[in-house]
Amino acid sequence: MSDQEYTPKSKAGKWFNDRLPLLTLGSHLSDYPTPKNLNYWWTFGGILTFCLLTQIITGIVLAMHYVAHADLAFASVEHIMRNVNYGWLIRYIHSNGASMFFLAVYIHIFRSMFYGSYKSPREVIWIIGLLIYLLMMATAFMGYVLPWGQMSFWGATVITSLFSAIPLIGESITTWLWGAYSVDNPTLNRFFSLHYLFPFLISGLVILHIWALHVPGNNNPIGIDLKKPSKDTVPFHPYITIKDAFALLLFMIIFSGFVFFSPNVLGHSDNYIPANPLVTPAHIVPEWYLLPFYAILRSVPDKLGGVILMFGSIFILFVLPWLDTSKVRSAVFRPMYRYFYWIFVIDVLLLGYMGAMPAEGIYLALARIGTIYYFLHFIVVLPVVGLLEKTDPVPMSISAPVLSSGADPALAKKDYDKI
Amino acid sequence: MDKEEKKVNRRDFLFTASYTVGAVGLGAVAWPLVHQMNPDKAQQALATTEVDISQIEPGKSITVLWRGKPVFLRRRTKEEIAEARSVSLNDLPDPQKDEERVKEGKDEWLVMVGVCTHLGCVPLKNKGDYKGWFCPCHGSHYDLSGRIRKGPAPTNMEIPKFEFVDNNTIKIG
Amino acid sequence: MIRFNSKRLIIVILTTLIFIKPLFSAESIDPIKVNWSFKELTGKFDRASLQRGFQVYKEVCASCHSMQYLSYRNLGEPGGPEFTLEEVKAIAASVEIEDGPDSQGEMFTRPGKPSDKFKSPYPNVEASTAANGGAYPPDMSVLVKARPGGADYMYSVLMGYEEPPAGMKLDDGVYYNKYMIGQKIKMASPLSEGIVEYSDGTEATMDQMAKDVTTFLAWAAEPELEERHRVGFKVIIYLMLLTILVYLSMKKIWSRVDSEI
Repeated sequence: MSDQEYTPKSKAGKWFNDRLPLLTLGSHLSDYPTPKNLNYWWTFGGILTFCLLTQIITGIVLAMHYVAHADLAFASVEHIMRNVNYGWLIRYIHSNGASMFFLAVYIHIFRSMFYGSYKSPREVIWIIGLLIYLLMMATAFMGYVLPWGQMSFWGATVITSLFSAIPLIGESITTWLWGAYSVDNPTLNRFFSLHYLFPFLISGLVILHIWALHVPGNNNPIGIDLKKPSKDTVPFHPYITIKDAFALLLFMIIFSGFVFFSPNVLGHSDNYIPANPLVTPAHIVPEWYLLPFYAILRSVPDKLGGVILMFGSIFILFVLPWLDTSKVRSAVFRPMYRYFYWIFVIDVLLLGYMGAMPAEGIYLALARIGTIYYFLHFIVVLPVVGLLEKTDPVPMSISAPVLSSGADPALAKKDYDKI
Repeated sequence: MDKEEKKVNRRDFLFTASYTVGAVGLGAVAWPLVHQMNPDKAQQALATTEVDISQIEPGKSITVLWRGKPVFLRRRTKEEIAEARSVSLNDLPDPQKDEERVKEGKDEWLVMVGVCTHLGCVPLKNKGDYKGWFCPCHGSHYDLSGRIRKGPAPTNMEIPKFEFVDNNTIKIG
Repeated sequence: MIRFNSKRLIIVILTTLIFIKPLFSAESIDPIKVNWSFKELTGKFDRASLQRGFQVYKEVCASCHSMQYLSYRNLGEPGGPEFTLEEVKAIAASVEIEDGPDSQGEMFTRPGKPSDKFKSPYPNVEASTAANGGAYPPDMSVLVKARPGGADYMYSVLMGYEEPPAGMKLDDGVYYNKYMIGQKIKMASPLSEGIVEYSDGTEATMDQMAKDVTTFLAWAAEPELEERHRVGFKVIIYLMLLTILVYLSMKKIWSRVDSEI
């Protein structure tokens, strides 16, 4: 992995490093040649690591006080809020932290989709990333059940009931998931156990994700391959560490705004009503970060069809590297693709909005259009645009000035960052 | 040369300042994470308990729960007090006068944490060779002042902080 | 071809977000907006209002609505009504709390202590529902957080009792309320002019009592609010300071490299 031999400065360091080369690893990470033209959309990987750490630490602390029993869960959360020293703070950091985690992951994913970070040779990084995303959704879903409010209970009921749509074995699987004949105490207990486990699986995948990244190195806004190291790269520390720190601080200010001044605005008031199996809320909605998938699920009148399309909408992302036929990596040089990219973004936002609305009338119609377009983007638009579009000329290096003869002066270094 | 030095110093100051301010923040973040493990407000509210002693006859005792532990409240007879005070300090593995273990003017009332100082079992009352308490786990004997006389326990049973709210009520803790 | 850029995208997103506001179907009209003292970023509770609100809760609401997550000692803690220790002890002692079992295995009652939870008017949800015409009077510990519109909604419902519109038929025990979700409520108007005689002498108008008890309920749902605002203020100022320092450090470091940031 590393090109030069790193020798620790102290004797003790050398002794230890000979037995477990952690210091060599540290030096590799610190010296790691990173493209010098990375913009702020590249800071979200570091931000996501912070989010994962924050959720794990606050989660472990909450688990010291939370009681995973249907009769006591809601009360134990109130106990944390009212009695545990700084309990309210740790709880609100954890609940809002989940939202911030997803905000960051969506920006991170959309960055990759714009700059072609999923394209060869980074397909495995992309796939590992999607596995992390899937685990995040499962973790968040189970975590939301734990306070045992009305949305916890009914959201769990709706989503676990989907499995009964599987032909032949669906009912058995659902009962097996529940550990009972409906969402009940056994369900809550196992969700608590798995909710504690999954973040550590995510951590393992994150290590693989970064390892896989360090093989080809980071992508960059103009999508060209770089020699490492070169005058086009800078060592990760201190250049990227300080920039990530700056971006992280801005992120933390927004995070703090939610935690301290509006800690419930992203949630649903119904979840402050204790779970009642006999009363269904008027509108069952998941947390905002799951809304687009919820919209897709409800677009299809057939239950199994809805489930297939909902999971399909995530699984199609796995084959994105092979659906996109373009030889040019970054959308900076792909004017036709850019157009469709932004339409896709708006489509996802539209689906999210529809997911929060009742599944009827104009809302349902728009959700259906949004769902159809979502799949069209991957199955039709990407392959076709990649083949048909006339891309702009791609520079040879980051530091090289504007290309001569026929090149568009608008592609001078200054402009492409503004897109 | 001078300008270079000045530049370096200013740069170092900025970095030092950033690190320092950052470290302060990390400390501030660490505190709630540590403090949340301290007893919460509900626990703190139960840190004291008031006991009605009006129904206890001389020679009798009751046990109450305080901070999750048993507390023995024994109302001793005059004879029991005299006997406790007649013991020579040399005979005691953990020398302590009976007068030091009770409140002045309220000598009858022995209030102590009913936990054996050896390994934490709850001693049985009115048992043992010294007419006080006997711990069945490893054979420690306590006298009528709750002091260890024989057996592996190293110290006398603990006297918690307590006070008389009035003649009929003791507040422990 | 429209050239999309970040600015246009942000405008589209913001416009979309504005329309996300009506997240629930229009079965209820917007609640009355009140200028609560605890609403802004530096909001605090009005102590006197909290104490009066507690009196309203105790005399009007507590006979049906429990508040099971509150303890009497909360009434004396900072950030709330801040009754004195003596007042808190007296409030607690004025109720009989079930305790036990005693050494005979029997349950018994004793006067309340500050460490006790608020006594519930009914032993369980079923008893409460049965005693109230099949409609459970919800526990009010977090009720303000459990309703969209929060304190505004609570106040509006208390003030929203009116004659039903012409032609609307109401069953026995059902009342018309302009702001209640669904416009029907199974509780008769709990407040009426002068129903409580405030111990601090304030005139007990409907509006006054509604505001006081709502303030009390808002505190009950979020007793940590004042501390949260205080700490939040410090945290954000600190983060802004550190951001500036880190930003300057970043500029310094990157000045060594011939590139834009």
